[in-house]
Amino acid sequence: MKIDKNTINKIARLSRIKLDDKESEDYIKDLNSILDWVEQLNEVNTENVEPLSNISSSILPKREDVSKDTNSSDEILENAPDKLEGFFAVPKVVE
Amino acid sequence: MNNLIKGEKHDWEMVIGLEIHAQVKSNSKLFSSSSTKFGSSPNSQVSLVDAAMPGMLPVINKYCVEQAVKTGVGLNAKINNYSVFDRKNYFYADLPQGYQISQYKYPIVGEGKVTIDFKDGTSKDIRIVRLHLEQDAGKSLHDQNPSKTYVDLNRSGVALMEIVSEPDIRTPDEAGMFISKIRSILMYLDTCDGNMQEGSLRADVNISVRKPGDEYGTRCEIKNLNSIKFIKQAINYEAKRQIEILESGGSIEQNTMLFNTSTGKTRPMRNKEEAHDYRYFPDPDLLPLEISEEEIGKIKLSIPELPDELKYKFIETYKMSNYDASVLTADKQTSDYFNDAINSDAELKNHSKIVVNWITSELFSLLNKNNLELNNSPVSPENLGQLVKLISTNEISGKIAKDVLEDMFTSGKTARQIVDEKGLKQVSDQGEIEKVIDEVIAENPKMVEQYLGGKDKLLGFFVGQAMKLTKGKANPKILNDILRQKLNKKN
Repeated sequence: MKIDKNTINKIARLSRIKLDDKESEDYIKDLNSILDWVEQLNEVNTENVEPLSNISSSILPKREDVSKDTNSSDEILENAPDKLEGFFAVPKVVE
Repeated sequence: MNNLIKGEKHDWEMVIGLEIHAQVKSNSKLFSSSSTKFGSSPNSQVSLVDAAMPGMLPVINKYCVEQAVKTGVGLNAKINNYSVFDRKNYFYADLPQGYQISQYKYPIVGEGKVTIDFKDGTSKDIRIVRLHLEQDAGKSLHDQNPSKTYVDLNRSGVALMEIVSEPDIRTPDEAGMFISKIRSILMYLDTCDGNMQEGSLRADVNISVRKPGDEYGTRCEIKNLNSIKFIKQAINYEAKRQIEILESGGSIEQNTMLFNTSTGKTRPMRNKEEAHDYRYFPDPDLLPLEISEEEIGKIKLSIPELPDELKYKFIETYKMSNYDASVLTADKQTSDYFNDAINSDAELKNHSKIVVNWITSELFSLLNKNNLELNNSPVSPENLGQLVKLISTNEISGKIAKDVLEDMFTSGKTARQIVDEKGLKQVSDQGEIEKVIDEVIAENPKMVEQYLGGKDKLLGFFVGQAMKLTKGKANPKILNDILRQKLNKKN
């Protein structure tokens, strides 16, 4: 797999990151070298091996269904640049 | 049954699949301990996990997992011993994490099926592709301010079950019946409260049209419909739109649509320059979810009788029709009410049809008129049973029973009390009825002449007069028989 200008633009857009031309060039180089390095793994035969989701052998810890009343709004909204009557206020997003 | 839409050159068939989002009925969220209570003040039930503060880690709610398994069993589906949580990445103001934790390649529940029942007695299976667990997003309010969107994260992180059907549905009605059936199963299992108004149950609809027998056409997806009425409206509108495009030589563009509930129209979502690219990958914060056969077995033991089992039991025990049984069992309240009513008296077992009719037509219409739910019915199942007993033993006529039921509804008295107090007991005594008939005949000699002259319809007049004299209490069958005899004797 090779990263080109189109791919880097797409990744940047999906990540909501703005890149100038110089930065794009740098990232194309960086990402390609990372991919090249990872591609060494292609030398391993993985036929009939299920993809691994996690390397830990422990089991997923679970909690009981108990709710904790926190009345969180003050704390949650503390860092919000804009808020109104307990809501976050953000620039209008309408689809 | 004709499921086709007439077109200019040929008929069209709809191909419909549903994705149903059902909120798990739990106290706390899927990956945090915040409350799931509906209608609390904004952002009051948001933990640091739900707000995606750096360093917070999700811990799964055991109960939500069990509810998903339970629902899977209710959908006659395969439960997967191994499933994986993935991140579905997208940016939106009400999604603080920047991704939704969902299940992609390895869902907790695999293929299943549910059956829908038609009025004509036939049924149809709709196949289920999968059920997976995922987080709900927060809620955005767009219409409060011209330049701002307000965000409430109370719903953020609440557990959802997404149930995906195969495109086996062919009409808007079938789509409505399918979601009703899913809702009924969820409510019997008590895994979701089924409240569509509050958004606990909502659906995305995938729809395409084709010439019958052809390959599937290109589909469009209508997002986030929260009533059966809107689902049907949206399907009808969208199918018409697609047919118009195809018949005028155009082609359907695969698109995500929104349904406007006030205009009844669908329109494409504007923000589509970026074709969805969710870049799913396994969430490194969560280990795979493993469930042993033993745990599944334990959960299965906790499963109550489901609508279909109950339906077959009713058909078997009471010899009722498939449709009657499916109407009674669609809602747990209704089947419980019927059970209590019919078991209130041993003799009612042979009159199940009357019990069904008095619940589903008379009682339901009174409840509707008064905006009441069955569980708030002023008439208890036992009292309704008593009323039906009075009808079935000919103590009162069906006509009088309607008045009695209305009286029961408002006064809260039992059927027996009302019949005794008002003296409504049906007169079945031959002698008494004969006396009344003699009176009617004697008072209307001209009518008798006309009747004997061939005006058969006048029989109704005599019946009416006799009923008037007995205040509607005469047994109509006996009255009719004797009246005919007496009149014909005059001939």
